[in-house]
Amino acid sequence: MKARTNWLAAALIAPLLLLILGAFLLPVGVTLGTALRDPEVATTLPQTRAALLRWDGRDLPEEAAFAAIARELAAALEERRIGNLAARLNFERTGMRTLLLRVARAGDNLQAPFRPALIALDPRWGEAETWRLIQRAGGPVTSLYLLRAIDMTRTPAGEIRAVDPDQAVYRTLFWRTMSVSVIVTLTCVLLAYPVAATIARLSPPWSSIALTLVLIPFWSSVMVRSTAWFALLSREGPINDALVMLGILDAPMQLVGTRFAVLIATIHVLLPVAILPMVSVMTRLDRRYLLASASLGAGGWMTFRRVWLPLTLPGVLAGGAMVFLLAVGFYITPALVGGERDQLIAWFIAYFMNREVNWGMSAALSVYLLAMTGAVLAVARVLTGGVGLPGARL
Amino acid sequence: MKLTLPVVTTLILAFLMLPMLAAMWLSFSPTEVMAFPPRGFSLRWYEDFFTSSRWVLATKNSVIVASLTMVVATVLGTMAAIGLHLGQFRGRAVLVGLLTLPMVTPFIVTAAAMFFAFSLIGIAGTLPGLVLGHTVIAVPFVVVSVLATLQTFDANLLRAAASLGASPWRSFRRVLAPLIWPGIAAGAIFAFATSLDEFVITLFLAGPGQFTLPRQMYANVREYMTPTILAAASLLFVSSLVFLAISEALRLRASKRNRA
Repeated sequence: MKARTNWLAAALIAPLLLLILGAFLLPVGVTLGTALRDPEVATTLPQTRAALLRWDGRDLPEEAAFAAIARELAAALEERRIGNLAARLNFERTGMRTLLLRVARAGDNLQAPFRPALIALDPRWGEAETWRLIQRAGGPVTSLYLLRAIDMTRTPAGEIRAVDPDQAVYRTLFWRTMSVSVIVTLTCVLLAYPVAATIARLSPPWSSIALTLVLIPFWSSVMVRSTAWFALLSREGPINDALVMLGILDAPMQLVGTRFAVLIATIHVLLPVAILPMVSVMTRLDRRYLLASASLGAGGWMTFRRVWLPLTLPGVLAGGAMVFLLAVGFYITPALVGGERDQLIAWFIAYFMNREVNWGMSAALSVYLLAMTGAVLAVARVLTGGVGLPGARL
Repeated sequence: MKLTLPVVTTLILAFLMLPMLAAMWLSFSPTEVMAFPPRGFSLRWYEDFFTSSRWVLATKNSVIVASLTMVVATVLGTMAAIGLHLGQFRGRAVLVGLLTLPMVTPFIVTAAAMFFAFSLIGIAGTLPGLVLGHTVIAVPFVVVSVLATLQTFDANLLRAAASLGASPWRSFRRVLAPLIWPGIAAGAIFAFATSLDEFVITLFLAGPGQFTLPRQMYANVREYMTPTILAAASLLFVSSLVFLAISEALRLRASKRNRA
């Protein structure tokens, strides 16, 4: 009987399991893998790569490598498959694209011996550094993207060091994402706590009315609410009117595209996510603890600090963790109401995917983003003793 | 002290509700300038919404994708939830975690991964691809919702049905479904609403012509903000109120039954 039930259960679970494995886990795994993969040199310059395998990295490679790269670059240009290679090497060092294209365009004009011919075309071909770069890009794996995503790079000699300050952008990006997420999470928790406590203490029908006022924004579309903020924060919008009236601003200003806009809109969108778990913990709380505390002579503040707060902490942690989780990977609201300097990691993942077509960078940033969310989930799990996190539709 | 908490709560609830109400009010503005308060009242932006081929097409696309997503997610999610409830094997908790993993994964990571993988097999930019993407995001809510209703279900009823000679399908239809349908329906509505609201997955997976309402709104806000977008936002907002009402009605029904 038990065996038969289990077979039935397995048959019922299998379709969804296959869907999640095939359309979610496998794609995520493959994509994260591209953060490490380095296929361009191996596919476009196989013979050059083979010739460079024999090179010890000092002085210059043998003539065979020069001959191979001249031939393979010309062929790649002819067959229109040089783009990925040029992008890959140029990403590691600016200027590589022109260097490669110069050889590819020279094509048949280059004659043996190729070594002096290439160096005559561009003296950088006479530098061991150029060749070491190509040799190291031979794959199959690279740490380039994972290092670059934290503003580190490998020197031509192979040492890991920080990139030049004018190229360092990602640590600022992580810092900005973290600080926006932390500000949003703390504000949401601080605002959510009194609301949840009030809802838990109200008697029907007021408790249902108040809860409905939280559920309405929770159910309404994130895009709709972000769009509303876009309109409200515009130069003619009511927020400007209010700020001018209060004397905070002298004249209306464009608030869309500022950090203030990102923070207020994100807090507004995520606040219900913080309130709901707190309400559920607080309404289930046994009131007799509070009575017991009062009957033992504790004042209001003492009861709050010693009884109410510790007992409601799991709700606070669940709500806070969920808000942080959503804020750290948030795309829509910052993209809509933020400026160029307010964009978070998610925006850069999309940017590298869609505009730069640099899958490696996109994947490397995803790896760090997932690591951040995983760490928060793990901490929340440990602190709440495994209380499940409620989902939110974002 | 006794008054501070209600006052603070009222202010925060107002902060939650007012932006949407203000945007709705602006959508009835007779002029294109979205100054506050609007002078007068007009339905011209709603007329614009319902007569513009782009908005009508986006609405149609959204409803198609959301309906298909709802059907696939509800069927697969309900099956899996029942299986998880019936099964007595080790690793059940891991399986629940795995099936609900898309809920806690940043959507941008999921979206980028799907775009990458779906391009490889050629279903990026197609309707099945988009529905598949939305289903992955929506299905965990169905699983969670149905699992929650199953907590109150007495598994002995199924054994009784089986001992009386009912096939698994027949016991589902005559015994299980009549008792757990509020959970299934609530999950279905959440799946529909999730798909209707979904933007990031759509941004990556939709083809050039596949504009859904959120995508159309995003494109227009960035290009040229008109009150038509606020009319669209207001209509979506009203639809979410309907979803909320249905879901609350289902919840009440389920909790009444439990008490009975």
